[in-house]
Amino acid sequence: MLGYIVKTGFSALSWEFLTTFPKDSMTKGGIFPAIIGTLYLIIGSSIVSIPVGIITAIYLTEYASNEKIVRLIRLGVSNLAGIPSVVFGLFGLSLFVIFLKFGTSILAGSLTLGVLNLPVIIRSTEEALMTVPKTFREASLSLGATRWQTIYRIVLPGALPGILTGVMLSLGRAAGETAPIMFTAAAFFTPDLPTSIFHEVMALPYHIYVMATAGTKILETRPLQYGTAIILITLVLILNMTGLILRYRFRKKLKGI
Amino acid sequence: MNDKVIINDLTFYYGNNSAVKNVNIRVQENSVLALIGPSGCGKSTLIRCINRMNDIIPATRTEGDILIDGGSIYADKYNVSDLRRRVGMVFQKSNPFPKSVFENIAYGLKINGIKNKYDIETRVEKSLKGAALWDEVKDRLDDSALGLSGGQQQRLCIARTIAIEPEIILMDEPASALDPISTQKIEELIQDLKAKYTIIIVTHNMQQAARISDFTAFMYMGNLIEINNTEAIFTKPGLEMTENYVTGKFG
Repeated sequence: MLGYIVKTGFSALSWEFLTTFPKDSMTKGGIFPAIIGTLYLIIGSSIVSIPVGIITAIYLTEYASNEKIVRLIRLGVSNLAGIPSVVFGLFGLSLFVIFLKFGTSILAGSLTLGVLNLPVIIRSTEEALMTVPKTFREASLSLGATRWQTIYRIVLPGALPGILTGVMLSLGRAAGETAPIMFTAAAFFTPDLPTSIFHEVMALPYHIYVMATAGTKILETRPLQYGTAIILITLVLILNMTGLILRYRFRKKLKGI
Repeated sequence: MNDKVIINDLTFYYGNNSAVKNVNIRVQENSVLALIGPSGCGKSTLIRCINRMNDIIPATRTEGDILIDGGSIYADKYNVSDLRRRVGMVFQKSNPFPKSVFENIAYGLKINGIKNKYDIETRVEKSLKGAALWDEVKDRLDDSALGLSGGQQQRLCIARTIAIEPEIILMDEPASALDPISTQKIEELIQDLKAKYTIIIVTHNMQQAARISDFTAFMYMGNLIEINNTEAIFTKPGLEMTENYVTGKFG
């Protein structure tokens, strides 16, 4: 499959393809705004989901003492993870775009993708936290450390590789999702780059979708579509690789300098 | 001598089961108290009450009181972190952090507000010497603590504990996972530490209790059966049950 995509799309790849705007009703030109848009959405959704996800996981594993509430939240999180992404799109549309009046914008799209990412980040962070042995926590507490000092200086560093991997995988997923941004952030075409978080943006997955289904010359622009797909796959690959490299680095460090 | 620790009618529950029942013990300052008794008799639970380490286990409850220097450690608003600074703990399984030898000891100092680099270095060296480990690790302070042998790791944990200069040290079978030579080193160390600290040690090893402790308390099924000076417990115990246990007839 990858071979087919590369074969079909390779002819479209060039420096111009990466750095210029689409031309002639998107039948020619590049995908620069879509790349930028996707990057914005990745950054935006990280800002939303990483802190909330990690804090939730810390609460669930380290602080919460009421078993029932913890179980309830975990159940909710698991269910959230199983919901199709298009439902997240509709949810984002009704809550962020319409009710909170953010409009179709980077903000609404980031929030929607952030919510989509949350379960993955919470789950992987929880798992990473739980792999840190109880004996480390006890040792730290027995030295007079507070709970928070223990979490911040012993537990989190120990769990970091696992957390990072989860975060990177979820960001990779967010980068590739079409449905959640379709109604909340993505534009068919924008003549300029967005200058505020309330602007709508082009995004790689949506760009592919549009060109492949609603473009003016669907067949003729096949190479462009596949070229965009190559870029998207590369981007996701880079994110996942970064996750792996960071994990490897921290692993080494964890074994003690 | 002063009573450093007074355990007053202490009962500890896991859920509805009491693991420690109405225990009364007085521990003299600068003495070593050994807690002996069969597995599951509540020894570990009891010493974990003294630094309130059991607080982190959900669904537990404590009745009675423990006084250190006359002050209740279960008083309202008592700062548990302060307590644990005064009452250090060495665990059954050595548990150095996955950091360098130096950082393992510096950690406790840093969280207790010592920031001056020179102070930290001095105290790391002093506590490593205090734990009879300095000569073995002085050239590898920046290496991972996990590369040390089991015995060295346990002495590192002791160094980490004494670095923050507690008043009392709790030891939960500190030598149970170690070879005889490492065990002997730890025992010698305990003898040295007695000069500065009050030590309460849980052990399964009768000879060890006899060798290192001044007082011995025998526990069974959560109850304190007998407490006396070590010599008396091992030579002329007051109860038949104690005699049977220390001579190995049951347990």
